[in-house]
Amino acid sequence: MGREDAKRIVMDAERIDRSIARIAYEILEDNKGADDLVIIAVRSGGIMLSRRIRKKIADIEGVVIPMGILDITLYRDDVIMTDKKPKMGETDIPFCLNDKKIILVDDVIFTGRTVRAAMDALIDFGRPRVIRLAVLVDRGHREIPIRPDYVGEKLPSSLWENVNVILSESGGDDEVVIL
Amino acid sequence: MELTRKDILGLSDFSVDEINLVLDTAESFREISTRTIKKVPTLRGITVINLFYEASTRTRTSFEIAAKRLSADAINISTSTSSVTKGETLADTAKTLEAMSPDIIVIRHACAGAPHILARLLGQSIINAGDGSHEHPTQALLDMLTIRQKKGTIEGLKVVLVGDIMNSRVARSNMYGLTRMGARVTVCGPAMLIPRGVEGMGVTVETNMQKALQDADVIMMLRMQFERQQGAVFPSVREYARLFCLTVPMLEEARDDAIVMHPGPINRGIEIAPEVADGFRSVILDQVTNGVAVRMALLYLLAGGRQ
Repeated sequence: MGREDAKRIVMDAERIDRSIARIAYEILEDNKGADDLVIIAVRSGGIMLSRRIRKKIADIEGVVIPMGILDITLYRDDVIMTDKKPKMGETDIPFCLNDKKIILVDDVIFTGRTVRAAMDALIDFGRPRVIRLAVLVDRGHREIPIRPDYVGEKLPSSLWENVNVILSESGGDDEVVIL
Repeated sequence: MELTRKDILGLSDFSVDEINLVLDTAESFREISTRTIKKVPTLRGITVINLFYEASTRTRTSFEIAAKRLSADAINISTSTSSVTKGETLADTAKTLEAMSPDIIVIRHACAGAPHILARLLGQSIINAGDGSHEHPTQALLDMLTIRQKKGTIEGLKVVLVGDIMNSRVARSNMYGLTRMGARVTVCGPAMLIPRGVEGMGVTVETNMQKALQDADVIMMLRMQFERQQGAVFPSVREYARLFCLTVPMLEEARDDAIVMHPGPINRGIEIAPEVADGFRSVILDQVTNGVAVRMALLYLLAGGRQ
């Protein structure tokens, strides 16, 4: 089908970096600093993005905010309906979420079902003061009423396309592609 | 990789990939038991029946906790309080339970093969929680998870199983699983309690415990299965304890970093000395903790999707 030919780069490393910087500033502005802020990354797409946002916040504010990783597999609404069980990863939230301001981070928001699952999971860990959602790419096609608070880029995509966010440890080879 | 089988009857036909899938999944499930709210909504609406024809504390409790932490409904049936005392056959009990639409049936039975009969008879997933002297697959899986956690790998380790090899379903399932995962397995015990031809399972036999423990990475002590031993299989418990009890001096024969395991319940002073069972080499309680995680993993991997 020549899928490789159909690959389109929609964000390059520089644009991604500027988006992450803006998100970091917006988060700090809304929360008037970094007090009580924590980042929770949705496994696995949100992990690298969370580290970047956290690094930016540290650069701006001089504070390294706590970061946890959430695996949402067990909260998915389709897990019992499918024969293929999704591969589980570990949840690692080494701090209490009570009264914290959570920035929930995922690379792409699509149907919104992952975020719904993530919020249910977070509530099982405590009672945060607020949960806000940061994504690098909003590709539309929401199936439930969920809206991100911080968006890197809105990318209208067709339902059949795949939006891939590729973030490297160094940041040099970052790109967002549509396949 | 996914688990495509309907039932978990034994480890004799489990592949390396399947064992790794269960252990990896269980590893992720361990975290749930450390939360304040030890429950996830994954198996809502799934019914698990624990059908126990033999006495059990840890296995039954472990399955029940596993089901409940996944939000499944767990129902326990123990034969002393059920219609079995009125003479109902296993097949009739099974058919009766099936009519109430459970999703998974966990069975322990004194007869080898009882879970296999249910698996053939019923559409539900069957998990063998111990059938006679045959297999106890979930115990072997939790043992392998514990070994992997403590040693980083299973492959290449020397694992010594000591005790009543003949009557132990834990030993049998572990021999299947451990040899498949590449461990070097030695079985040790009185000659009367070692099944003839056991070398065919890929294990080494050694009747002298000091020799068996040389260079051991893992020592798995087995419970004396007094209830399954017919007639006099060895002269006296005291003699057995003198030759095969894991005492502090005996433990010196193994590697310095060897771990000590026991599936429980333990007969203190018969197969294991209290100082060893409670000592820093002992991982007996880690085994119990891992048991819940392994059973959660199996319930998760078996449930649903087969309509």
